Amino acid sequence: MVHNDKFMFPYEGAWSDGREKLLCLDTGSWRVTRPVLDKEKCNYCSLCALYCPPQCLKDMGDHYAPDLDYCKGCGICARECPRGAISMMPEGEFADDSAKR
Amino acid sequence: MIAQKGKKMVITGNATAAYGAMLCRPDVATSYPITPMSEVAEQLSAFRANGLMETEMVEVEGENSAMNVVAGASMAGGRTFTATSSWGLSFMYDAVQHAAGFRAPIVMVIANREAPGILAVSGGQQDIISVRDAGWIQIIVEEGQEILDTIIMAYRLAEDYDIQLPVMVNYDGFYLSYMATAIEIPEQTDVDHFLATLKEQPKRQVLEPGVALGCGTHGIEKGFVELRYRQCVAMERAAAKLDEIDREFGELFGRSYGGQIEEYRIDDADIVVVASGGVAGTAKVAVDTKREQGIKVGLIKLRLFRPFPRQRLVEALNGKKAIGVIDRSVGFGWDCGPMAMELRALTPEIGIVPILSYIDGLANLDITIPHIERAIDEVQSAALGKSYQEVTWIPLEE
Repeated sequence: MVHNDKFMFPYEGAWSDGREKLLCLDTGSWRVTRPVLDKEKCNYCSLCALYCPPQCLKDMGDHYAPDLDYCKGCGICARECPRGAISMMPEGEFADDSAKR
Repeated sequence: MIAQKGKKMVITGNATAAYGAMLCRPDVATSYPITPMSEVAEQLSAFRANGLMETEMVEVEGENSAMNVVAGASMAGGRTFTATSSWGLSFMYDAVQHAAGFRAPIVMVIANREAPGILAVSGGQQDIISVRDAGWIQIIVEEGQEILDTIIMAYRLAEDYDIQLPVMVNYDGFYLSYMATAIEIPEQTDVDHFLATLKEQPKRQVLEPGVALGCGTHGIEKGFVELRYRQCVAMERAAAKLDEIDREFGELFGRSYGGQIEEYRIDDADIVVVASGGVAGTAKVAVDTKREQGIKVGLIKLRLFRPFPRQRLVEALNGKKAIGVIDRSVGFGWDCGPMAMELRALTPEIGIVPILSYIDGLANLDITIPHIERAIDEVQSAALGKSYQEVTWIPLEE
C-alpha cells in the first residue's frame, strides 16, 4: 500500500482544490488562434465573457482579458462582440510567447 | 442485547426496505418505480406524506436522474437513499459509476431481476453481475429482517470516513420483494444511537458555496491514477469493516449475519455449497437433510460480493475437498456462473479442488431443495475423486 505522504490530494475522496491540481487541465495548449482585444473599441459590455464556453475571460475593471491557460481559441468572443473589438490572431505570431501558450 | 424490543409487523421485503431507509433518516431520497421494487418508492412517499419522515423526496423522470440526484445530494453532504432494479440499474449505469468515483456514500437497494438482453420481468441476479465493476460495495441478503438490518449497517459502511463508497443492498426480486414476513422494526432511538458513531469521525469533504472545490473533476495523469488507487484501497477496507459493523450491530440489536459471509455447518464439513440471497435459506434445509444421510456438507452464504470476501473465504474453505457454487446469473465468456468463476480465483490459496458451477433460478425459476440435494451429491462424488461435470444448467437437465 502506498503511504499517505506520497499522495498529491489531501482528501479521502474525489475532491480537489479548485486552485490546484485536477481542475487545472490546461486547455490553452489546444489553441491555434488567440483573441486579441482592441481596447479603443471595447465598451466593457461583457458579452464576450457571457458567451465564453470555458468562462475564461477575466474582468479587468474596464475590459475583459482571456486567461490563456484555458482559452481554446474557439473565437466565439470575437464573433459575438457587437463592436468588433476582438480579432482572432494565429498563434504562430506569438511564437516567442512560450511553446505552451 | 441492549436495544429495546421493536414493534413486529408482517410486511413485504419492499416495505421492509422502505422502513429500513426511513429509520436512517436520509436527507434526500428518490426512486423511479420499476417492477419488482416500485413498492419501495410508494412506501417512502407514503411515509413522507404521512409526516413520518422529513426526507426530501425528489420526483424524477427516470433512473438516470434518480442516481444523479442522490449523487449530487450526497456530495452536498446529505444522507441519501434510492432503489431500483434491472433495466432501471442499466439506465443509470453512467451515474452509478460516477457516484462511486465521486466516493458518494449513497445507499441503494436493488430488488434483483434479470438484466436486459432477453425480455424478462422475473427474478435473477444478472442485474448486479452487470454492475460488479462499477465500484460499488455489493451486499446480498437472504431474508426480510436482513434487508432492514443491512440497510442500517450499510450507512455505517458507506459513510465511514475511510471508505466513503456507495453501497448496494441486494435482495431477490419477486421472492423477497413481495413476500410478507414478520419483521421487527427497531426503535428509532436505537437506530439513531447505532448511526451516531458516524458523527465522531472526521467530517467528510462536501460541496460548500463559495469554496473552490471540485469533485469528480478532470483526473489528469498521475492524479487519475491516485484517485483510482485510493478508490480501490477504500473498497478493500470495506471487507473487514463490514465484519466489525455486523458484530457491533449484533451486540446492540441481538441480530447479526456473519458480516462478509455466513458459515453454516462449515467447521467439520468436507464439502461446501456456496450460494447467495434467498436460496441460501433453501440450501440450509438441503444441507441438514444431507447431513442426516452422513454427507459432511456445509454452506457458505456469500453476503459481500464486492469487495470479494477473499480472506474469509480462504479461511472457511481451506482443506475442503470440493465446492459447489449456485449462481442465479450467467458469466458471459467463461461458460460458468460468475460467482463460481470468482471462487476459482481462490485456487492459489485453497489449492486445486473440484469447483462445480450450477446455474439455476434464472427468470424466476425455483431453486428447489431437490436441486440443491442433487448438487450436493455431485459435489460429494467429485470430492471422492470421481469425474464430474464442470457446469450444470439445472433447469435444462430437469
